[in-house]
Amino acid sequence: MHLLWIFFVYAVILFVIGFYCILATLNLVRALIGIEVLMKAVTLLIIIAGYASGRTSLSQALVITLIVVETVLIAVAMGIVLSVYKHTKSLDTKSLTDLKG
Amino acid sequence: MALLDELILLMLAASALWTVMTRSLLRSAIGLALTSAMLAMLMFRLNNPFAAVFELSVCAGLISALFFCIITITEPLTPEKVREEAGARFGRFRYLPVIVLLVGIVLRVLTVKVDVKIPALEEIADVRHFLWAHRQIDLVGQIIILLCGVFGIVILLKELRKKGG
Repeated sequence: MHLLWIFFVYAVILFVIGFYCILATLNLVRALIGIEVLMKAVTLLIIIAGYASGRTSLSQALVITLIVVETVLIAVAMGIVLSVYKHTKSLDTKSLTDLKG
Repeated sequence: MALLDELILLMLAASALWTVMTRSLLRSAIGLALTSAMLAMLMFRLNNPFAAVFELSVCAGLISALFFCIITITEPLTPEKVREEAGARFGRFRYLPVIVLLVGIVLRVLTVKVDVKIPALEEIADVRHFLWAHRQIDLVGQIIILLCGVFGIVILLKELRKKGG
C-alpha cells in the first residue's frame, strides 16, 4: 500500500476520534480535548500534503499558523469554561440550561 | 522507513483513542501530550523540523500545562464519582473503537493508488525566509488572533473578578 494513503487513513481515523469525542462527551474540558485531537488530524494532513508536493516550507508555515490559532482557541475556550464553572459549579453540559427556551 | 512510520502512526492513533476513552481527565491531558509528541516525531521524519519543534514545545508543553491548570482549578470528580459515572460513560463511548476499526478497515480495503512522485527536498532552512517573504499575511493574521485571544481572556477574567466581588 502506498505510504501516503496510510498517512491519509490515520488522519481520517484521528478526525473520527476527535469528532466522536465532541459528540459523545458531556464534559466541557473533554470537548476541548476532542477539538485538539481534530486539530492534530488537520496538522497531519497539512504535513502529508507538504511532503507529497515537496513544499515543506509552505507546510511548515501553515502548521505554525495553525498552532498559533490552536493555542489561542484553547486559551479563550478555557476562559469560557472557567466562567461557566464559576456560574454553575459544574462542567457538565447538561447543567447549561440558562438559555433554554 | 515505512515500517517505522506506520508504527509511529499506530501509536499516534492508539494514544488519541486512549485520550478520548480514558475516564480520568488528567490521564486524558497526558494522552493528548503523548499524541502531540508522536505527531512531532512524524513531522521530523517527514522533513518538517521547525513545525515539529513548535508542535513539541507549544502543543505537547504549553497546551498540556493549560489543561492541567484548568483541571486543577475546576476540581475534577473524585475517583468514587468517576467510578459511579463509568457505566453511563462506557455506554456513550463503547461504539468508538468499533467505528475506528471499521473506518480503518474500509479505507484500507478501498486503497487508492496515489501516483505522486515525491519530489526532491527543497532547502529546509528556507522556512524562515518563506514565512517572512511570502506569507506575511499569515503573520499579520497570527498577530490579530493573538491580540483577540489576549483581549478575550482579559475581558473574561475581569467579568469573573466582578462577579466574585
